[in-house]
Amino acid sequence: MERTAIRRRLMWQVATVTDVRRETETARTIVLDVPDWPGHLAGQHLDVRLTAEDGYRASRSYSIASAWPGSDSGSTIELTVERLPDGEVSPYLVDVLKAGDPLEIRGPVGGWFVWKPEQEGPVQLIGGGSGVVPLRAMLRAHAAAGSTTPMRLLYSVRRPDAVIYVSDLKELAGSDDVDVRLVYTREAPAGEPRVGRIDAETIAQHAFKPADGATTYVCGPTPFVEAVADLLVAAGHDPAQVRTERFG
Amino acid sequence: MSPANDQANYLDGNAAAGALSELFAVDLTAATAQCNGCGKTAVFAEARVYVDAPGMVARCNGCEAVLLRVVSTPDNTYLDLRGLTYLRVPNP
Repeated sequence: MERTAIRRRLMWQVATVTDVRRETETARTIVLDVPDWPGHLAGQHLDVRLTAEDGYRASRSYSIASAWPGSDSGSTIELTVERLPDGEVSPYLVDVLKAGDPLEIRGPVGGWFVWKPEQEGPVQLIGGGSGVVPLRAMLRAHAAAGSTTPMRLLYSVRRPDAVIYVSDLKELAGSDDVDVRLVYTREAPAGEPRVGRIDAETIAQHAFKPADGATTYVCGPTPFVEAVADLLVAAGHDPAQVRTERFG
Repeated sequence: MSPANDQANYLDGNAAAGALSELFAVDLTAATAQCNGCGKTAVFAEARVYVDAPGMVARCNGCEAVLLRVVSTPDNTYLDLRGLTYLRVPNP
């Protein structure tokens, strides 16, 4: 069990928004200053709670986008939130929240969908849409630790303008130990002829082989995660080495 | 991808991490859980979690039986663990 998991009862606390950055039409990154942040592992998340004037409360869990400790985080942490059409919490976070605002949070939480630099074996990351957020934290942690563990990202997005962290991913892919591959499901950029979902052939071509002993992290909408996990197991990957995180 | 999967409205055990962290000193999403219904043993993070309810419900991803429920009121939190035979947490 993680040392960080043994602690006092976790309570809600108030963080302050220090910056917001637009990532795509529907997603943005929120930079938070959290007093006495205990640190986190790449892949952990944070619960955000909103309280309406009439007392109605809604909370949702969001992956932490930044590594800790990492050159990109300093004394703050980052969340990247995508606006869901019928969302109760995400429209406020994406469209209304601004620098200087307080935000009620609880975290870090989750100890299963995490990657630690001391972990053995290669790492396969497979993300769909904003499922790339915790994977980006793992890529950042990999860079921050100077890890030479081979790490590959397979990232499924609808179209080029929906790619979150474009410049960041290019920079991270500059390392010899990291490979970044984008798969476009609706519309591909010029020079990229293939349009379609991640399938058995994509897995066979771009993911680590079952014999490589990689730990695979799959994050995205529930149908995406189930489809990819099924493809991996059908391709011979050990189900115990496939960790999943679904966001409905 | 099956039509049934397209209708999926659940998250997974990771989504229950915050609510459970308010109650337990250890992270239960990485704990091994046995379903009292079908006997399936799996990491709790692999359970199906439904949050579109007054409370949070975690179900076995094998037989769909309720593993646990968490309901918070302004004054109290109710935790119902009836669907779990056991939770296995490694010692530090």
